[in-house]
Amino acid sequence: MGSLSFERVSKQYGQGARAVPVIAGLDAQIADGEFVVIVGPSGCGKSTLLRMVAGLEDITGGEIRIDGRVINGLEPAERDIAMVFQNYALYPHMTVFQNMSYGLRIAGLASDEIERRVGHAAQILEISELLARKPRELSGGQRQRVAMGRAIVRQPKVFLFDEPLSNLDARLRAQTRLEIRRLHAELRTTTLFVTHDQVEAMTLAERMIVMNAGAIEQIGTPESVYERPASLFVASFIGSPPMNLLRDWAALGTRFQEGVVQNVGQNVILGVRPEDAVIVDAPPSGALWPFAVEVIEMLGAERLIHGRVGTESVIVRQEASRPAPCAGQQVSLQISPSKLHSFDARTGRRTDHAAP
Amino acid sequence: MVENRPALTVLTHLTLVLGVVIVGFPLYVVVIASTQTAQDIVQNAPMSLWPGDSMLENYRVALWGGVLDNGGRVAPAWPMMAVSLASALIIAFGKIAISLLSAFAIVFFRFRFRTACFWLIFVTLMLPIEVRIGPTYSVVSSLGLLNTMTGLTVPLMASATATFLFRQFFLTVPDELVEAARIDGAGPMQFFRDHLVPLSATSIAALFVIQFIYGWNQYLWPLLMTTNETMLPIVLGIKRLLSGGDSGTDWNIVMATAILAMVPPAAVVLLMQKWFVRGLVDSEK
Repeated sequence: MGSLSFERVSKQYGQGARAVPVIAGLDAQIADGEFVVIVGPSGCGKSTLLRMVAGLEDITGGEIRIDGRVINGLEPAERDIAMVFQNYALYPHMTVFQNMSYGLRIAGLASDEIERRVGHAAQILEISELLARKPRELSGGQRQRVAMGRAIVRQPKVFLFDEPLSNLDARLRAQTRLEIRRLHAELRTTTLFVTHDQVEAMTLAERMIVMNAGAIEQIGTPESVYERPASLFVASFIGSPPMNLLRDWAALGTRFQEGVVQNVGQNVILGVRPEDAVIVDAPPSGALWPFAVEVIEMLGAERLIHGRVGTESVIVRQEASRPAPCAGQQVSLQISPSKLHSFDARTGRRTDHAAP
Repeated sequence: MVENRPALTVLTHLTLVLGVVIVGFPLYVVVIASTQTAQDIVQNAPMSLWPGDSMLENYRVALWGGVLDNGGRVAPAWPMMAVSLASALIIAFGKIAISLLSAFAIVFFRFRFRTACFWLIFVTLMLPIEVRIGPTYSVVSSLGLLNTMTGLTVPLMASATATFLFRQFFLTVPDELVEAARIDGAGPMQFFRDHLVPLSATSIAALFVIQFIYGWNQYLWPLLMTTNETMLPIVLGIKRLLSGGDSGTDWNIVMATAILAMVPPAAVVLLMQKWFVRGLVDSEK
């Protein structure tokens, strides 16, 4: 068990004038036993950050501590971490048992202790009957479990996961997601999990760190990140379909917006989640926004209605039980002012006036 | 493309049979000649293509040495075969060990002039052994290594080809594997021993076959540096049997010795065939 803290951590590749900064002055605290997901688009530095914790990348500046101990200069094996790689990185010439026990053997553990730990981990992961097999005789999901088993037997202070689910098919991914949660509930080991998939991040995280371009955009619980995105980037990155952003809303000129303008001021971009806009069959007036329906996607329990508010394209999520509009129809959207998010057009940061 | 036409089948088989005959006939003549007496071979020109009846006698003389009917003495082949076997094994294992380690250094370590080192090794590929045989001889002789096993094997050990082959294989080893081993706490040599060598097993086997034959078939280098009977490899032994001058050559013994010289490399190929092909064809990762 261990806490993890980042203090002014930075990373750059290359030296001097040709240096490419990847991560700049990053601060974060992760408590003992917490499950934290780092999410962001590819190239945002999230994997680099994870590899810096693992000791596979040098730390250019700042300090990373595990349980208060600065780990900057330590070898990966001395850091008390275990890592699960995206492609699992199992040793192809070793059996599952040898794969899982390799680190323990190097650490010089007694063989009965090794067998006990591997046996226990295999039991948790339900791979006991696979111990004698080679990785190439395993399916993708089984390999994934072995990779996790290799991490578990080390009994580290911190688990590091580097997009471990992206090589699995959709069904297996959902199943493994649950299993990782279950495992964490059982072991309560501090976990840092990197993914680019926001659904994975939302479902797994106790807290999530949203990263963009080498900096943290927001840290918080999935609920708070979803309900109160701190920036335009977070608003558009988290949620599927993403939040509707209205840049040109002032041109629509309804009375409702006058109220909004008074609340949020000029030069803001308004955002609304697809499920927070309600379609009403009435002409736009007062607090109603004009909405021209273009395409309707039926997803089973709900439908996505693509259309336009003025010149902005907007997606509305609607329960399938509600009456559907027709494509081409002009309807109105009712949006509760408390569900409107507003962001500074210049900085992209949240301006908190419109929020409840 | 799979076609199934009788005429084509006949044609392909004819071609194959022709190829086998062209390759196999000289070998057949060698085998036949080794079963006849020296007189049979010389007197019946062309020699008979049916096996004679002195096979056992010929091989006994070739292997253990002896005095022939015509008074010629034949040196025993087995000590020469022992020299050949020892030097071929030492060369093969030495080459594999050195190239594994140098490829390991070139691929997995970052040091100054790494690329330069690689190219230096690579450039030696372009120099055939004959080009540098003079200097090599001078070095070996001034070290006093003429007529020793060390002198016979060490100069042939460094191999750019094998280094290059292992380098190419090591480059395909995924980075994550190296990183996983680091996280597991394996040091460089531990990684080398526990992961790289087992992963290269098939390549090592293929190289062993090639290098064993290479070592066994060495002619020029032993010719230069062995003056002593006891350090003579079998390939030179055959040459020794071809007596120049007045006395006739005992072709039956020469051919028997040639067959004996062919057996060990052929055995290595046959025994390691499966590994050999796997090593050349797929890279198991």
